Amino acid sequence: MPLKRVIPCLDVDAGRVVKGTNFVGLRDAGDPVELAERYDAEGADELVFLDITASHERRETIVDLARRTADNVFIPFTIGGGIRSVSDAQAVLDAGADKVSVNSAALARPELLTELADHFGSQCVVIAIDAKRDLEKEPATSSPTCAAPPGWFGGTWGVYVKGGRERVEGCDAVSWAREAVERGAGEVLLTSMDRDGTNDGYDLELTRSVADAVSVPVIASGGAGELSHLSAAIAEGGADAVLCASIFHYGQHTVAEAKERLAADGIDVRR
Amino acid sequence: MSEGARILILDYGMGNLRSVEKALEHVGASAAIGSDPDVIGAADGLILPGVGAFPRAMERIRATGLDELIAERAAAGTPVLGICLGLQLLFEGSEELGGAEGLGLLPGTVTMLDAPGLKVPNIGWAPVRWERDSRLVAGIPSETPFYLVHSFVARPAAEDALGTAEYGERFVCAAERDNVYGVQFHPEKSSAAGLRLLANFAGICAKAPAAA
Repeated sequence: MPLKRVIPCLDVDAGRVVKGTNFVGLRDAGDPVELAERYDAEGADELVFLDITASHERRETIVDLARRTADNVFIPFTIGGGIRSVSDAQAVLDAGADKVSVNSAALARPELLTELADHFGSQCVVIAIDAKRDLEKEPATSSPTCAAPPGWFGGTWGVYVKGGRERVEGCDAVSWAREAVERGAGEVLLTSMDRDGTNDGYDLELTRSVADAVSVPVIASGGAGELSHLSAAIAEGGADAVLCASIFHYGQHTVAEAKERLAADGIDVRR
Repeated sequence: MSEGARILILDYGMGNLRSVEKALEHVGASAAIGSDPDVIGAADGLILPGVGAFPRAMERIRATGLDELIAERAAAGTPVLGICLGLQLLFEGSEELGGAEGLGLLPGTVTMLDAPGLKVPNIGWAPVRWERDSRLVAGIPSETPFYLVHSFVARPAAEDALGTAEYGERFVCAAERDNVYGVQFHPEKSSAAGLRLLANFAGICAKAPAAA
């Protein structure tokens, strides 16, 4: 089995890291590439850059980010945000990225996943899903593509876009993950909107539900506040990888410490 | 160590060459991307990268005459390093997509991973065990993880097996025969260990007989 992975995530706006960093010794804490080099040196297995630039120059900014990262960082990395077509993906992959992550563009047009997989192979295609626990008892089942399974009785997760502000009508996160993989996604980046930013730990139930539903690796995201949360996402949630942002950015823990903890908990990681 | 070695990354229109080039530059090697016969003739070392399907890659290599140029340089003693699909192309043939003949610089063929019950492609970091000593892997401890993305594996002669990894079966992921080297993993994406391997290759190229 491949080793379990620890993946720092960097949110980037107009070429700068958004969430603050507490690193000492960085010339420029806002430079995503310098931060990425630091994580590579600490033993990060991969990196994910999520571009949240809102301008129309977005494509240029993500291609530039991919190129500068590939020039300096020698581990696999994924770029998400702003990928809406095969040509968008081609541009960042040519620049040196290993994978692209798509979220709302795939919800708007699920065929995009198949087009990307046909062109680049499923190993290049990550479906990012922002999920939030449903409070209502019955899900809407109006969507033909990602409706909740028959016999559902409660306790599902809705799919959200626009940073969790907008719910995708009738869409169930587990069903959507399954459909996205059938359409060509080679990996699921699963973020719990309930846990994101809370430091309370990953949503293990959500992670387990999706991991059990799909045949491709699941990256758990949202909520890591201490190192034991990482082990739990893998051991209990069934995740193949854990995504972390603030736990590393604010200097609370290093990637190396995360690896040590996972290894101590009996999880095979690269050290 | 690698001072002066001119390494050419062969461009036949498949795969991400930029990452390999930048990794070589990072370790102080002089790297270029190209396929011009004069440039190939002047290179101290050749890297054959590649991502995609074997038959299509061989088609493109033959269409550009690269197959003969690579064979000539390899016969003249120029170090050649195949990466990922590039490793597979060095062998006699592959069963991928109905089968195709390869460059034949290494004896053996390429077949599907034998990993029943496991997901294929095999993607991720896997510890690589060195089966013998080699200048290519000098200074890299056995069982150091490297990054792999593949569905097929080469089946070389036992004496050419340099490194192995485990995925359903123990398979060869690094091969070496005289001046011909190949790695199934991506050294350009394998952090410090991968950079060390590329630096070692640059060192081998610097010491190889001067290009004609």
